[in-house]
Parts: sequence; C-alpha cells; structure tokens
Amino acid sequence: MTAPTRTEIRSAPHIKGPRSVEQIMANVVYSLLPICAFFVYQYGISAAASILVVTAACLLAERAFVRTGTQAGSLSDFSATITGLLLALTLPPGFPLWMGAVAGISAIALGKALFGGIGFNVFNPALVGRAFVQAAFPAAIATYTPSFLPGRFTQFIPSSLAWPLMAPADTAAWLKAMQFDALASATPLAKWKFEGTLTAAGDLLTSLAGHMAVGPSPVLILTCGAYLALRRFMDWRIPAAVLGSAGLTAWLIFALGGTKYPDPFFMLFSGGLILGAVYMATDMATSPVTPRGMWVYGGLIGVLTVVIRYYSGLPEGVMYAILIGNAATPLIERITQPTPFGKGASIRTRKSASYTLHPDYISREEASAKTPKKRFFKNKPKKS
Amino acid sequence: MKLLSYFRGEAFQRGVHPPGCKHTADTPIRRLPFAPRLVVPLSQHIGKPSRPIVRVGEEVLRGQPIAEADGWLSVPQHAPATGVVEAIELRPSARGPWTECIVIRVYEASTQEVLWGTPQDLDAFPPQDIVLAVQRTGMVGLGGAAFPSHAKLTVPEGARVETLVVNGCECEPYLTCDHRVMVEQARDLMTGIRHAMRATGALRAIIGVEDNKPAAAEAMRRALPPGSEIFVEEVPTKYPQGSEKMLVTALFGVEVPSGKLPLSLGMVVNNVGTLAALGRLLPAGQGLIERVVTVTGPGVARPGDYRVPLGTPISFVLDYAGAPAQARQVILGGPMMGQSVASLDVPVTKGVSGVLVFRGEDMAGREGRKTFPCIKCGECVESCPMGLNPSMLGMLAARREYDAMGEQYHLGDCFECGCCTYTCPSNIPLVQQFRVAKQILREKAAA
Repeated sequence: MTAPTRTEIRSAPHIKGPRSVEQIMANVVYSLLPICAFFVYQYGISAAASILVVTAACLLAERAFVRTGTQAGSLSDFSATITGLLLALTLPPGFPLWMGAVAGISAIALGKALFGGIGFNVFNPALVGRAFVQAAFPAAIATYTPSFLPGRFTQFIPSSLAWPLMAPADTAAWLKAMQFDALASATPLAKWKFEGTLTAAGDLLTSLAGHMAVGPSPVLILTCGAYLALRRFMDWRIPAAVLGSAGLTAWLIFALGGTKYPDPFFMLFSGGLILGAVYMATDMATSPVTPRGMWVYGGLIGVLTVVIRYYSGLPEGVMYAILIGNAATPLIERITQPTPFGKGASIRTRKSASYTLHPDYISREEASAKTPKKRFFKNKPKKS
Repeated sequence: MKLLSYFRGEAFQRGVHPPGCKHTADTPIRRLPFAPRLVVPLSQHIGKPSRPIVRVGEEVLRGQPIAEADGWLSVPQHAPATGVVEAIELRPSARGPWTECIVIRVYEASTQEVLWGTPQDLDAFPPQDIVLAVQRTGMVGLGGAAFPSHAKLTVPEGARVETLVVNGCECEPYLTCDHRVMVEQARDLMTGIRHAMRATGALRAIIGVEDNKPAAAEAMRRALPPGSEIFVEEVPTKYPQGSEKMLVTALFGVEVPSGKLPLSLGMVVNNVGTLAALGRLLPAGQGLIERVVTVTGPGVARPGDYRVPLGTPISFVLDYAGAPAQARQVILGGPMMGQSVASLDVPVTKGVSGVLVFRGEDMAGREGRKTFPCIKCGECVESCPMGLNPSMLGMLAARREYDAMGEQYHLGDCFECGCCTYTCPSNIPLVQQFRVAKQILREKAAA
C-alpha cells in the first residue's frame, strides 16, 4: 500500500449537507401537483390548458433570459416551474390562454430577469406577472366561472380560446345557456363586497360545495404546506404570521364593527389568502431570512390583506399585500437582525438547565451588568 | 426536527447534525510503531515557540526534554523516541509555512522505554506548583486548539473558579479519539480532573459527553471516585457542541458574554484527552510524547485510534493504516474544521486529533454541486450557533464591504465552525469568505 502521491488543498468544512436548491424547489413543485390536480378537477380542461400554457411561457422566458446571459440559474432548478404553477393557480380558470402566456412571460421578465435571476428578485415573480395582467386586462381577470360545470372535461370555457390580441368571448351568455345566473360566477369575496352575501366558511374550506367560483381547497393547500413545513422546505413562521394576523385583524374588526363585517373565518378561507400565505409569502428570495423578521413580515401582510379587502375598491388584497411585504423585506431584515450569542441578556438561565451557577463565582463585572431590556426591534433607531 | 426541538428545550440554539460516521468507536486504541525519523516542531502550540536545548548529533532518550518553554505562554518539548538529533531545520507545517523543527533519527534497536521523569506527589503541592508541573509536561489542549494547558489552568487575580467543565463532546464527525480515551483511560481522566480541580480551586467538575457515546459515559461513571464532586452529564448530540461556549450553554443554560471567556462565569473548560494525559503524566513527572489520533476515512484499510508518537510524518501514519492509493485529500482534524495538508511530510503534532482521508469519489458529491446565488432560504441563520446572519455577511463579503461585516454584523464572533457552509443549499462558501474577511480585518487593525 503506497501513500497517495497527489493531494488537494481545500478549506474546511470538508463535508456538505444534503440540501440543495434543486431539491428545495423540486419539493415545492411536488407539493403543488395535488393542488393543480384539484384545480383541474374543479374547472376541467380549461384549467389544465391554463396551467400548461402559463408554466410553458415561464419556462420559455426563463430559458431565453438564461441563454442570453441576462440572469443566473437554469431551468433545472425548478424555480420557473414554481412561478408558472403558482401564477396559473391565481388566474381565473377561463382566463384567455394568450393572456396567460403574457402573464408568464412578464412574470419572469419583469419579476425575475430584470433583477438578475434566482435569488436576486425583490418581488415574487408570480405576483408580478399577475399584477401585470391585472393592470393590462382588468375585465378578463375579474371574470370567474363556477366550478364543477357539467361537461368541463370535454369543452373549454369559451373565453380561454380567444385569439391573441382579441377580446375573449362573453362567458355570461355561455353560462346563461347552461342555466346559471350572473351571480353564480362571482367569487365569494366579490359577492360579499358588492352583494353583501356571505358564503359559509365550511363550504369555503373544502371548495366542494356546489358551483362556487373559488380556487383549490384551502384544506388541501394547508396540507401540502404542512408537508413542506415539516420537511423544512418552507418556514412555518410566515404562514402562521400571515394567517394569525389576518385572522386577528378580521376578528377585531368583526368584534368592534358588528354585523357590517364578515366573520374572521370567512376572511381566512376566501379568496387567495391561504394560497398566498402558504406559497406566495413564503417565497424564500423575497421574504426575510431573520426569524423575527418573518413574524413581522407575515404580520404586515396579514393586516394589509384585511385592510385592502375592507377599505379599498378591490374585493381581493392578498396580491398587493404580499408585494408591499416584499418591498418592505430589506427594511424588516435590517431591524430584526438576530442577537448574537452572548450579546443578549448577559446572564439568563434556562429553566431546564442541568446545573445552576453560584452567583458568587460570576465575575463582578458580569454580575453587576444590567440585563438589557429585550427589544423585539433591536436596531430600531432611538428617538432623539 | 426543528419544530420538535422548540418544545424539547435544546442544548444550545441552532447548530447542525452532520452524519456521525464514527466507525472507529468500538476499536481499542492501538500503538503505532516508530517512524525512522521523527520531526518535532518547536511551535506545536499557541504562543511563543520553544527554545531547543539539544544540539545536532546529540543522543536523546525517549521522554527527555529537547526544548524549553520560552516565556509564560510557551511549553517545553520532549523527545518522542530514543535516537540522535539529526538536524534542527525548517520543515513544512500543516498550516503551510515552514517552521523550525528538531529531527530525530530513531534508534531501531532501542527499547524505547521512557526512562526520563521523576515521580512527584502532587497532593503535597500548592496549586501554583501544580500549574508549573503542568507546564513541565508540555501539555497543550489536545482537542485541537493547542492552547497551553497550564495557562488555561491559571486563575487570574480576582477571578474564582466554581466549576471545571470537562469537554468530552467530540462533536466532529469521524473522530473517536476522545471517545476511546474516555472508555479506556477513565481512571487517568479522574486523576487528571482531581489535579486540575486543585490547581484551579474548582468545587466541582462536570464532564459533558454527547449522548451518542453511552459507552464513554458509562465507563466514566464507573470510574468516578466515591464521594467526589465529579458529575457525568450527557448532552444531546449536535455540532458544534465541542466548542467550549456551546458546551457551557448546554450544561448551564447561560450564554458566555461575547468576547469573554467562560472564566467570567466561574468556569474553566478542558478537553478529556488533555486531562486524561495529565492524569498519567503528572504523577510520573513525564512529558507529552505521544497522543491518540483517529486515522479514518472511506477506503482506509485499517482505520482506528492510534497512539502516535509526536513528530511521526503523516505519510508513515497513512502507510501503516493502509490509505487507499486513490486518496485525494488528507485532513488533519475533523471534517468540519480540519486542515487539509499540502505535504504528507507534515508531522503529527500535539493538536492533531485525527487524520482523515477522502478519495476522489467521496468528494464527487461536493464537487458536482452547482453554486447558486443566495436564495435567502435562511438555513444558515437557523444553523449559526453564534446567532449571526451568514446570509447577509456572505452578501457583504461578495461586495468586499469588510468593515460593515465587522462592525454591524458581528463578524468577530464567528469561530469558523462551518455550519453555514455545511447547510447552504446554494453551495456558497460562506465560512471560507468569512475567514478571508477576518484576516483582512486583522491586517487592517494591525496596520
């Protein structure tokens, strides 16, 4: 046995954890697949076509920008796939396919490539894409159709197949032919905002009760999110903070404002709040890395969502709330830096510790040191 | 895992769980034969290098002092084998620069009996004399830091020591030398602890062992002298528990203030290997001439814990243990913080706890990985035991804003455990960047 003749010099650590970007992203995609399947089950081939076209548009745009060297990353990291799937889930199922493609391309171009690709984006690309089409095609994006229509697996919703740059066909007439009134195609949030009728929270939770114009079941989204959180591909703090603060704000307004406002459960399970809290707000690149920052960021999004829903002209506010939260992320991070080891409360004993210290032996300087007040915003500038 | 630990009450916050790979935990310590030539560096410790007291051509006995301490923060060196001093010259060291070494040609026909040393009755010694006796053994921290032990056992004016914390965590993957020492030399360890407690005036000693070494904890519990204030405490396994501040937090639930030593909380932390060696050397009045080294790695034919004479070249150790011919990386120490060596002529020194060999195929998993930009997943923040924000530090390092790293983001607190790099899914060399940044800041401060 001879000793090696050629060795290499490397810098420690010499071993590497199992986790990789591809693995994280692939797991998010896996967890999204059941949700997409449910969406297709609800709305049939229109939804399937929408998901395929939007995702393909995202992937093509990503490919083009990576090829031209405009942004970092590659298709194999699955991040553009996530953007495409999420974007498709936020669009109405009968959204014209060419508009879906515009949404996908603008999501990657404006939301990601502009900033330099994976990791550098400031805003969630899927929401940037949605915001773009919401501004560009306000009528089409507000046109919902009821779920579980008969024949949804054999025929497209007529608006889906609009020619590029052409106005989509009118779905109201199509629905009328199928014995649905105009109200059936309004989302629960729009019904509440403009008609004043509430949908039961239990029906919203499963999305299964009759022909409602709703997205995939919140229960399913929460389950898929729980899988990600348990395998630590997602931080549980952000959805917890978003839902907690949205629920709390809605409950406070409900308790103080009385019957004028809906109950907090309706607020939580309607619209895109669950999908936004679990999949949009938790986008790693656009949310804070600091644990305390995650709570602040989630809390901000929750409050903003409820405020926009209640006090603005729009029925839905999750998208703008998350985009504002994204914009605030660098600031939130700055004031919520973690406290380094040994720089917090100088002598703080944990209750479960096996041994205790005798105060006489702690050096005088340390014993007399005042325990600094625990401040949530450590770096908050003091008022002078 | 993380969710659970929220409710369980952790040993210390954050940290990582690399696979243990402690394949050699059940193999008894074996003795390595003497290499034909031993290279004893004069600087195997933190502090001033020792001063040689032998000349070229002089014959030395095994255990005889061959270099003396140069000042307080320095230790003497002893001849690891009977032979003749062949040269006192510059030789490569593990860290890179060539250092002054005493080269001894070993007499093959010698019995290699340790004849040097006078037994001493330590119980009659006052504490400061025990400290001097410790310095005479040439002992340094065998855990890897190689800080002179007598300096660590010296209690400065105004401070009092309540607890002697004995560090038997050995949190680095692959390494098992401390484990074997705890199992096989528990009695020596207790003697060492007793003398160290007397030297520091500590009232009690707590041995912290990670709970992946139940055999070691059991062996030490059996060796506990009746009625002594020595306790064995098992702490949940987690890297980097072997860092003294982390161990103190795991045992007492307190954080050692930043920039201070555990001494400020009335504690002195010593490694088990150090105290076990002291327990054997001090009563006999001998010097440190060998240490237990874990030789392991995938593909090593005879991995195990070897009692290696100090100064044995790595190439000799690898030959004996049967390193694979396709080995591509040789690391001194553990895989998380160890040093990879450029030359296999480098000798085993007092601070070397392991010799780890990786083949090309073992490194393929690491090399094939693509590096992504930071996706701000927060894994590093969740793993940094010092509570820093490596993600932010990494971005600042990429922009070369070293001053901001030091002033606003507490770079000085980083002790380079490597958790951030280990855990980073984007494969960003975070701790490597921090090492560079710290060096640049040090040079700036010196200028």
